[in-house]
Amino acid sequence: MERNLGIFLICARSQTAGLVHSRFFGEMDITAIFILQIFYAIALLALISFGLALIFGMMRVINLAHGEFLTLGAYATILSAKMGVNLWISMLVISPLVVGLWSLIVERLLIRFLYGRLVYTMLATWGLSLAMAGAMTMIFGTTTEGVSAQAGSFSVGTYQASLYSIYVIVITIIVAMVIAFVLFGSNYGRVARAAMENREMVEAFGYPINKVYMWTFVAGGMLSGLAGGILAPTTGISPYSGSAWIADAFITVISGGTGSVMGTLVSAGILGSVSSITSFIFSSASGGVALLIAALVLLRILPTGISSLWQQRNR
Amino acid sequence: MNIKRRQFIKGAGAASASLFVPQLAFSASGPVKMGVLLDTSGPFSAYGTPMEMATRLAVKQINDGGGLQGREVEIVFRDTQSDMNNYSTFANQLVREGLDVFHGGILSASREAIRQILRQRGVPYFYNVLYEGGVCDRNTFATGTTPAQQVDALIPYAINKFGARKLYVLAANYNYGQITSAWVNEYAKANGATDVEVEFFDLSDGEFGPAVIAKIQEADSDLVVSVLVGAAHLSFYGHWAETGMNQNPDVHLVSTTFGVGNEHKVLPANQSDGMLIANNWAPDNPSVPENKKFLDSWIAEYGDTEAIHEIAVSQYHGILLWAEAARQAGGVDKESITKALESGISIIGPAGMVKMDPLTHHCSLDINIMELSGQKLNVVQKLEQREPLDTRRFCNLSENPDSNVQYEITL
Repeated sequence: MERNLGIFLICARSQTAGLVHSRFFGEMDITAIFILQIFYAIALLALISFGLALIFGMMRVINLAHGEFLTLGAYATILSAKMGVNLWISMLVISPLVVGLWSLIVERLLIRFLYGRLVYTMLATWGLSLAMAGAMTMIFGTTTEGVSAQAGSFSVGTYQASLYSIYVIVITIIVAMVIAFVLFGSNYGRVARAAMENREMVEAFGYPINKVYMWTFVAGGMLSGLAGGILAPTTGISPYSGSAWIADAFITVISGGTGSVMGTLVSAGILGSVSSITSFIFSSASGGVALLIAALVLLRILPTGISSLWQQRNR
Repeated sequence: MNIKRRQFIKGAGAASASLFVPQLAFSASGPVKMGVLLDTSGPFSAYGTPMEMATRLAVKQINDGGGLQGREVEIVFRDTQSDMNNYSTFANQLVREGLDVFHGGILSASREAIRQILRQRGVPYFYNVLYEGGVCDRNTFATGTTPAQQVDALIPYAINKFGARKLYVLAANYNYGQITSAWVNEYAKANGATDVEVEFFDLSDGEFGPAVIAKIQEADSDLVVSVLVGAAHLSFYGHWAETGMNQNPDVHLVSTTFGVGNEHKVLPANQSDGMLIANNWAPDNPSVPENKKFLDSWIAEYGDTEAIHEIAVSQYHGILLWAEAARQAGGVDKESITKALESGISIIGPAGMVKMDPLTHHCSLDINIMELSGQKLNVVQKLEQREPLDTRRFCNLSENPDSNVQYEITL
């Protein structure tokens, strides 16, 4: 403890004095990289949270196997890229399809019997998460697999950055827009949102509620698959990679407020900014701590999440 | 298939007889029990699985050669699943079975979780992994490299080769990373470096965003030292290559941990080409005939040598050293083993001579500085029999046999 504090103080002393000034006001190039870092962190948080947010928000199903869904998507990308498929097709097409198909199977065999029973869905998906991690270990082994994006790099002044980080940000923006369009602009989205508010009423109107839930779960799975595919080139993948993401995904979704993909986006924005600013000034390890503190403060002020700000007004 | 009754009885009789033969060869005093805890699943399984394979190979060789004093060696193994909480739980279960020796533990966190349990129960503990050094405990024997052997070889070599002055250390945020980066700082300053910046990353933190590279460049560093550990941290090397830093002629990358878990075989070659590391074991070392023997016996057991890595070899060394001590002592009880190990005992293993230092219970080892190229480790310099000088700075077990601390330096 004493040592940690010592290191913390040394870092704080050497890095804040003077450097912060030049960092934020002096040099344009480092500022640009810094802004890129913030957007990248936000994009990653949003990407890993979308699938979870959709399934939790629309269906009141807490998918504790979400991390393994991401991992499965990453494996789909890595394997198809190794088989010679174009990386972008692997990430943007194959991964969502594979995890979407898997979600369909899971929904038909497991989840559909548990609608309306929150605790049971947690128990079932937790079991599913252990089973999936075990099965992936049997199939892929425990060695860490990776794939290289080969996207190239660019420089801002003297600073080098990866082009892939830009792609991640752009893809996240597009995905967010597609989600918003489907939820708010399409008939399916309207029915799905209505089903969330009042299941009986939607059924009374003659919509097959179970089909709506099924496709929502599949859509959530596809989003997780896409996220896993996009994450694959940024990190090493092992059957247990999911555990590293699921905490961040849950914190983002819960802080954002249940039932709102918009809230998830805003909380990803806040948490991503706080963690990257902290890790830029101090160290990466403290960035993780800052994210947790920010989430705690957020939930203290808005116990039902950020989305309660605008949802209350609507009612 | 048509088996006649008589034939069946004959066959079954022969089979059951052959089952008894090996047991008859060993004496009646029961097997020698070797406790082993390793992570063979989870994020650290890339380290643990080959170590477990090395354990089985070494023990099989001992038993094929007639065991120890006519007693068979039996492995009592548990998979700790990369969960540090499992270590103390499982160690407590294992010691109750009456262990004669213990070989295991990977991360320094796991070692510290079990060291006191084994000490209390009087079970000699072999920790066969490269680590940050400094453990001074008469019950513990370390056969992996420590910073005086590894860091003090790698950093001066890199500083001289690249004319580096400003170092940037990326370290895992736990005792290994913290203490090792302090040693990097010390040896770098002693070899003419002017600045050493250190940044820590949590073990599960796999997101190396644009800021990490920007901070390295802002510090104007010319030598980046990776003290990163585990599967999540692997993404750093991909990010390093993606940003084109691996092509940057002004910055060079060295690592104290890369290759230890066979990272170079997992990642694409362009992510590791040109990186320098310093390990005890060099995979293709023609100057050590024992290496060829070891590789051949590994192939006979497991088919190919892909899985072998630095700490699998350390584990093999540790078991060989213990077996040699048991042979010289004429028994496996704690007192005679410890005395034999403190007599300046040595073995020749796959990485050359491993000689136990009586004062610190660490080993003198050969060190190979290696450059990565095309997923291969090529030796660029070999340093013979480097002593555990870091631990010896503080630790003297012959003067203070009751010592039970881990000495460390801080940043």
